This record gives sequence, C-alpha cells and structure tokens, in this order.
Amino acid sequence: MSRYAVGQELAPTTYVINRALLIGYANASGDQNPIHQDEAFAKSVGLENVIAHGMFTMALAGRYVSALQGSAAVKEFSARFVKPVVVPADTDVELMVSGKVLEVTERTAKIEISAYCKDVKVLGMAKAVIALS
Amino acid sequence: MLNPDIVGRTFPGAVAFAVTQESITEFCTAIGEPNFEVAPPTYTIKITLTESEALLKESGLDWSRVVHGDQKFEIHRPIVAGDALICSSTIESARVVAGNEIVSVRSDLHNGDELVASSWSTLVVRA
Repeated sequence: MSRYAVGQELAPTTYVINRALLIGYANASGDQNPIHQDEAFAKSVGLENVIAHGMFTMALAGRYVSALQGSAAVKEFSARFVKPVVVPADTDVELMVSGKVLEVTERTAKIEISAYCKDVKVLGMAKAVIALS
Repeated sequence: MLNPDIVGRTFPGAVAFAVTQESITEFCTAIGEPNFEVAPPTYTIKITLTESEALLKESGLDWSRVVHGDQKFEIHRPIVAGDALICSSTIESARVVAGNEIVSVRSDLHNGDELVASSWSTLVVRA
C-alpha cells in the first residue's frame, strides 16, 4: 500500500528567508542579480525592497518535496512565480509550504504544492511527481 | 528586443559543466537541504540559467529587466558528483504581451549520450 492517497493533505513546513540566505543562494547558484541583495538598487528599479530569487523560493519548496521520498525520487517539479517574496533588512520572512496528493499510480505520486508568505501565495501551479519506492 | 531569428533554434553548449560534490554540497547548504548525496531537484538551474543568460544577452535581450515567470524540471535520473553535463538550449518561443517580452527556453542536459534532465524557463522582460 502506498502511504499516499488522492486528496490527502501533507503537513506544512515553514522555511526562513532572510538577506544572509539570499547571499548564500546567489553564491551557490551564480545568480548575482543585485535586486536580490542591494536594497538601493532594488528600489531604483521600482521594487518595494530586496526580493528573493524566485528559484530560491522554489528550491525551498523543492526541499519540501525532497523530504517526502528523497531528492533522488523527484521526477518532475514545476512552479509559476506569481508574487515576489519581499525580504526587508534584519527580517526573517517565513515561507509556509504544504502539499496535497493529486494522483497516485503504482510507481508515482503527483503532489500539488502550496507556498505562502503570510497570506500571499507566492508560487502558482506548483506540482511535483515523485517516484514511490 | 530579442533577435527573432533565434526563435526555434537550438544552441548546443560548448563546454561540459563538471558536477562536483563540492558544488552539490554548496547548493544543498545554501537551501538548507540535509541530504548531500544527490543534487536537489532545482540544482541544474545554476547551469541552465547561466547558459540562457549568455545566449539571450548575445541575442539582444536586456537581462537587467528579466524576471522569472515559471520553471519546470523533468529529471530522468538523479544528478551526482562526476556527471559532466552539456547544456543545449532551444528558444521555444518569444512574444510580446502588454509590452512585456516573454521568452521560453528549453534546456536539455546530457551526460555523454544520456539525457539526464530537461527544464523549461519562461523569462519575462519587464517593459
């Protein structure tokens, strides 16, 4: 029996996003766009403040997916970046990720992923397909 | 504006990206992933987005105004240290909606003859 059933809600996990983590992600990913690090620059291009890399937010949602059956089990993962995650200085912004089982086959489960900062949905159409062992 | 002649074309990557344990560990550490054995599902963005940036800048796109619209990964097998990944990029579409230029790029990552992962990025150049 699979541990997943269609319609099942998966427990949420909260992840932290802050300026130091954005610098770490910029270095690890190679995406050094200053809108993710430099407040004055971000504001100069019309943003409210520094924003997280969309791919950092997606990577945290990816951690949630990896925690289900391991990174090696992730076959597909997709998301739309619907709202930026604004990261003020000296602030830990909380990202809450949860999941719901959409489909289960003998070998795979398809999971819908939700990602919110407070009441703002930051990822849309987020889905993952994981292999079941 | 992006040169429209590149839409539909595939650009084979020239240089293989050597996946090291160090780079997997660095990426895992940056996102807080505790398991370092295989690359996390979004790891390959560090290869594909860098390739796309170089290609699109060369083709006239203003990278400083780019935001990421959406992203999809298909992972055929886990990526591990020792892989040498060649990224080929295909500009699948480019269109203008409400003054914003929207470009879709497909990236295929091969280790030798083996297709290891494919990804799709939609990039939006803000007007």
